[in-house]
Amino acid sequence: MESTIAAIATPIGEGGIGIVRISGSKAMSILADVFVPDNGQPIQNRRITYGNVVDKSNGQIVDEVLVSFMQGPKTYTTEDVAEINCHGSIVALRKTLALVLRCGAVLAEPGEFTKRAFLNGRLDLIQAEAVIDLIKAKSDTGFEVAINQLEGILSTKVLAIRARLMDLLIKLAVNIDYPDEDIEELTYEETLKSLLQIDDMIEMLLSTSETGRLIREGLAVAIIGKPNVGKSSFMNALLRENRAIVTEIPGTTRDTIDEYITIKGISIKITDTAGIRETEDAIEKMGIEKSKESFNKADLIVFVLDGSGVLTKEDREIIDKIRDRTSLVIINKGDLEQFVEEEQVKILLPKAKIIGISATVGTGIEAVENEILDLVYGGKVKQGESVMVSNVRQKDLLDRARQSVKDAIDQTREMAAMDFLEIDVKMAWELLGEIVGETVSESIIDEVFARFCLGK
Amino acid sequence: MKHIIMDEYNVIVIGAGHAGCEAGLAAARMGEKTLMLSINLEAVAMMACNPSIGGTGKGHLVREIDALGGEMGINIDKTFIQNKMLNTGKGPAVHSLRAQADKQQYHEEMKRTIEGQENLDLKQGEVIDLIVEEGTVKGVILNTGAAYLSKAVILATGTFLRGKIFIGEWSFFSGPNGLSPSMALAENLAKHGIELRRFKTGTPARVLGCSLDYSKMSEQKGDDKIVPFSFMNDELSCDQISCWLTYTNEATHQVIREHSHRSALFGGQIEGVGPRYCPSIEDKINRFADKERHQTFIEPEGRGTDEMYVQGMSSSLPEDVQEAFYKTIPGLENVKIVRPAYAIEYDCIDPLNLKINMESRQIRNLFCAGQFNGSSGYEEAAAQGLIAGVNAVLAINGKLPFVLDRSEAYIGVLIDDLITKGTNEPYRIMTSRAEYRLVLRQDNADLRLTEKGYALKLVTEERYANFTRNQEIVEAEKVRLSETMIYPNDVLEFMDRNNSTRLQNKISLAELLKRPEISYEKLSEIDKDQPKLSIHGKAQIEVQIKYAGYINKQLQQIEKFKKLEDKRLSTEIDYSQIDGIRREASQKLNQIKPLSVGQASRISGVSPADINVILIHLEKERRKGN
Repeated sequence: MESTIAAIATPIGEGGIGIVRISGSKAMSILADVFVPDNGQPIQNRRITYGNVVDKSNGQIVDEVLVSFMQGPKTYTTEDVAEINCHGSIVALRKTLALVLRCGAVLAEPGEFTKRAFLNGRLDLIQAEAVIDLIKAKSDTGFEVAINQLEGILSTKVLAIRARLMDLLIKLAVNIDYPDEDIEELTYEETLKSLLQIDDMIEMLLSTSETGRLIREGLAVAIIGKPNVGKSSFMNALLRENRAIVTEIPGTTRDTIDEYITIKGISIKITDTAGIRETEDAIEKMGIEKSKESFNKADLIVFVLDGSGVLTKEDREIIDKIRDRTSLVIINKGDLEQFVEEEQVKILLPKAKIIGISATVGTGIEAVENEILDLVYGGKVKQGESVMVSNVRQKDLLDRARQSVKDAIDQTREMAAMDFLEIDVKMAWELLGEIVGETVSESIIDEVFARFCLGK
Repeated sequence: MKHIIMDEYNVIVIGAGHAGCEAGLAAARMGEKTLMLSINLEAVAMMACNPSIGGTGKGHLVREIDALGGEMGINIDKTFIQNKMLNTGKGPAVHSLRAQADKQQYHEEMKRTIEGQENLDLKQGEVIDLIVEEGTVKGVILNTGAAYLSKAVILATGTFLRGKIFIGEWSFFSGPNGLSPSMALAENLAKHGIELRRFKTGTPARVLGCSLDYSKMSEQKGDDKIVPFSFMNDELSCDQISCWLTYTNEATHQVIREHSHRSALFGGQIEGVGPRYCPSIEDKINRFADKERHQTFIEPEGRGTDEMYVQGMSSSLPEDVQEAFYKTIPGLENVKIVRPAYAIEYDCIDPLNLKINMESRQIRNLFCAGQFNGSSGYEEAAAQGLIAGVNAVLAINGKLPFVLDRSEAYIGVLIDDLITKGTNEPYRIMTSRAEYRLVLRQDNADLRLTEKGYALKLVTEERYANFTRNQEIVEAEKVRLSETMIYPNDVLEFMDRNNSTRLQNKISLAELLKRPEISYEKLSEIDKDQPKLSIHGKAQIEVQIKYAGYINKQLQQIEKFKKLEDKRLSTEIDYSQIDGIRREASQKLNQIKPLSVGQASRISGVSPADINVILIHLEKERRKGN
């Protein structure tokens, strides 16, 4: 059990307080890497220390926390254990975890703390059985299926990167194992070029999550519509049906409200925009700027219309703005007499999906949810990369893969022997394989023979 | 029919090819009375295909066999006619030695070594059946009615077992090179419950050197400095013979395409699976249609013959087509074929049916090696033969098996791949199959394995003394290099001459040696105190100092790997009874019965979650035991 593991150790969504637990020989050093104590004193064994989790790469404070460190073996896992009590929010909690992983911890598998506790002699047999159930449950639940479908989208991206790495690996393998064959020699220039491209591809995937957007946000949905069409009641209806993860991050203005929900495993950030009309009012202007930003960044636009009114100039202005975007039109107030015809909207927005609902009665909400899922699974939602790296494990693997690619780039620049840099390229390929669930290296050999004519 | 018991042995080896020779020698050297049987004594260490030993990955195997006290390295050092270190432009881990052999001499030298080996008998005879009692092998029966009893038997039948040769539309049962095949044994093995399958391989034509026009080819010379395979030898000298390089062209491809329907390969007669890394020329042209030419090396078969091997041109086309397309190749216009190319199909087993010590799962004390296990290549066969021989001896003496793991040797990678992952085609070693390549170098094979070979009594006192003396010098020299300082002004000219940046401060010789442009050899110009070292010792010093950083990184990975390898699994475990393991995984686990958690994790279809369940099961069992 050589690796140091970490995970969020409290159920997610139960208020803003949560614990990131770290277990293993590097627990103390990792804690020291992410934590700055308020009193400047070193952390002591079995004492609670107050301070901040700080991202030392940019000096940003992630959260105000209490930390404790417990030296093994008298701990739950019998290893050294550190715990970080976060207060801020789920955002802070996940950011803290991401930071801990960046400092060398590996994300714990489900039940791994308990497994270690058991293997190190801390638990009885009945508890161990529970761990097995947990391991089993991981692959059985329907929740996992939804996640897997979503991961299908991520997989496509990762597979594309892997294909590039594979391409390079094959050339390296042939150059190493078949020096006598009539094969073009792989040059450092060519290798460097591919590696830099691969690095860019990984960076693209990581970029959003790097700023934390990804981890906290998920799919960005902007709700738009003129005042009094029922945007807020529509949003509340969605929230009623789906557990809210977190409500209102401090610092957001009164004009945009971000809500976080999960629909069948997909985490979604919903922004209720205040409207995007022109105004002279300075305060309102700020709100509108914010709305515009949310609108521009959204992966999906939900346009709410009042079905009991008629289409106004304001509605038509919005229609003009969203014509080229992926959008979903909600005709609200279906419980009242309807004056807006679906056909009428269809002509104006031929690409949009249109659903009639009543936010106050609660009809049609499920249809909206299903439509959002369809858009995600069907790949129709323009992926602002935000859905991509949906969990910390994947981000961790991407980070490590990128480091290996960087190592390979350094080696290529130094013109190290091809077989040395091959080791780093292969490492990156294997790490990405863990995201998509395949690491069998036999496939490289298969490809070598498929693409090159070799023989004695 | 009744048979007559002639004699009693401790180990009997069926087959005297590259696997059989190492198996027989190993068993005899470990002190067991051993008998080697071959259908024809002309087939002892016969190189039925290419006239070379070594190459990428394969050269590593030969060094490892040598370090363990095997014979292949010594034998090729005695009989090579050209020697080359491949991949010298790459890292030291993939430098690979390859030698062209004098085939006849190779055979004769090996045969003489076997004849002179204490405890070892070599006889010509065709084994037609095994004597098996209560699931344990007890001896072998020959087609003459003679029978020999034995505590252990090693099967190393190569391509002889129900061998069938294909040349175009014609096919006939035959061993390699026109020798008789072994037919009855295949049937009887099946009766004993050994499941057999068909693999296929092929060899190109042999042509007369005097019928070739070398002026149309480019000459391929050996290295000036000849590095030996064996750690027992220092730099060698030899009057080397060249190979020649030429290419096919559109005319060649045209002839082959026109007649491809007459190839046994495409005609559907061949049922066996052939190796992808050794395709026939018709296969190459078919699969890589846009490739304008294919290279072919013309390699001499030995000093005592004018026969030349046409590398890369194996075929199962009929003789008339062979002659037609060979003649389209520059330099081969007037070629005289003396032995046609052929494909050969043979019986072998699925190596998943072997235990970790290469013993059959079906019959106790029956060990298997070489092509019979689904591998291909002389070196792969020899490596398995050596290990099967060692394990047969250990088994009959009630000792624990000798297993090399993936971090210790290419031999470990080879055998673990075969028995844990299985293979769907004749298996060839490659450096890319090894996870810990930087540590499994050919220069340090003795460091990795000679101690182990000595413990097994395979390594002679002479070799061991040689090894320890060499290591002492190497270690002392490494210390001296790191302690000897040089000063910028003393080496100005030396640095300039080697295009190396001038020194700013004093540094140690070891630090200087880390520069890519400075070799240990070059250092001797400014370092007059270099001790007398063998060619192997010099290589070790250079690599150990130059690549220390890389090597240490890999050593850490190995440490991790070892932790799972050290978690032992009993073969008594019934995985279908463990709650939480998926059915697909438990079936595989029950088939292979891995000996460690590490091995279990390499079985295809076993997931990390399954491994976790196994770990918990282990701990539960341990506690029950307490």
